[in-house]
Amino acid sequence: MNYTPLLLSLKIASIATIIVFIIGIFLARIIARNSFPGKNVVESIILLPMVLPPTVVGFGLLYLFGKNGIIGSLLLEWFNFQIVFTWIGAVIASVVVSFPLMYQSASAAFQNFDLNIENAALTMGASKWKVFWTISFPLAFPGLLAGTVLTFARALGEFGATLMIAGYIPNKTETIPLAIYFAVESGNMEAATFWVIIIVLLGFSSIMWLNWWTKRNILRFSEINNKR
Amino acid sequence: MLFLEIRKKLSSFELDVQLKAENEIVILFGPSGSGKTTILNCISGLATPDSGTITLNNIPLFKNKKENVPIQKRNIGYLFQDYALFPHMTVKKNIYYGAREQEFVHQLVEVLEIGHLMEKYPRQISGGEKQRVALARALATKPQLLLLDEPFSALDQHIRQECQDELLRLHQTWNIPVIMVTHDYQEAQKMADRIYKINKGQISEEIKSNFSQ
Repeated sequence: MNYTPLLLSLKIASIATIIVFIIGIFLARIIARNSFPGKNVVESIILLPMVLPPTVVGFGLLYLFGKNGIIGSLLLEWFNFQIVFTWIGAVIASVVVSFPLMYQSASAAFQNFDLNIENAALTMGASKWKVFWTISFPLAFPGLLAGTVLTFARALGEFGATLMIAGYIPNKTETIPLAIYFAVESGNMEAATFWVIIIVLLGFSSIMWLNWWTKRNILRFSEINNKR
Repeated sequence: MLFLEIRKKLSSFELDVQLKAENEIVILFGPSGSGKTTILNCISGLATPDSGTITLNNIPLFKNKKENVPIQKRNIGYLFQDYALFPHMTVKKNIYYGAREQEFVHQLVEVLEIGHLMEKYPRQISGGEKQRVALARALATKPQLLLLDEPFSALDQHIRQECQDELLRLHQTWNIPVIMVTHDYQEAQKMADRIYKINKGQISEEIKSNFSQ
């Protein structure tokens, strides 16, 4: 048995999750707490990949990163580097498709506590940076963690957009979902079943762990606890 | 001494007030939604007036948007209506968050009798205890001015009176301007050296009193 799809899937999903985690928190923090003209449009664009078919996202990515694409042609010209048909393409596909999940979780998490808690810290002389790391981040953490687990699970399962931008190249861009599809297509039901079991286990255990952690920790900060 | 003269457009009326506070307890009295909290927010720097001046001990904090000292640099203690204690930190960490001198905090903790609460979390203490912790936290930064937004509204009657007396005692020791918002006139009369009645963003009456002495 060749385990490359598992390692490749974990690698791609992990890197995508780290990228989504950082950008998601940053954007959610900036956009959710401020009002500006066009905010609704910006948020709709961010959430769009959630409702579009992954093939449309893949098409869009090809349009941007393809040989003749806006970004793709520049990368080729400046660095002689091509994203299409590489695992980096798969990372980009996973980032775009899973980003809305993180963004939604993070913006809800940052609005889930009383704004005056942050304000109190500001009046005590704390810089915005200190307020973020000592107040906002720890208070939003349960929501951020939920978003991160969902992002990872979604990135792990990404198929359509990945196939369009990274293609199916065994040992190079062959993630578990792609391995399943092409195993079935070539009639190798045994391999397909194996990968199905692996990915179900991975998804199941991440969600189980998240639920367990949430039940154990989320009440720690909550005021509701006090009123019982 | 605090001097304030500001205007700010709010959703249904314009806030337009002028008030001063020496080292005394000044009460902003009026119905909810009359702009009292907005005045506190403008003083603390959490909100920005459209125009006007705010000076504290002769130092301008705000002057027609040209000068606007950031919140962190104003050194103003603010006790929020719901206390806004940090729920994920112990009482001790809450109080020390912005504290300047350890010795001073020791004193505060002693005076406010909250020493036995230091290792507890905010959710584990009562409303009156929360109020005292929040007051200790606000005073721990050695503020030049203390803002109190309906500090006793969440408390039972007898605890409320205790806390009022305590604040009066504390004020005699610390002797800084205190601006307190309330919509309870009895409370206003009990605590105030000066009362500003506020209605729809305007000061309708200024009452200088010595009820508390």
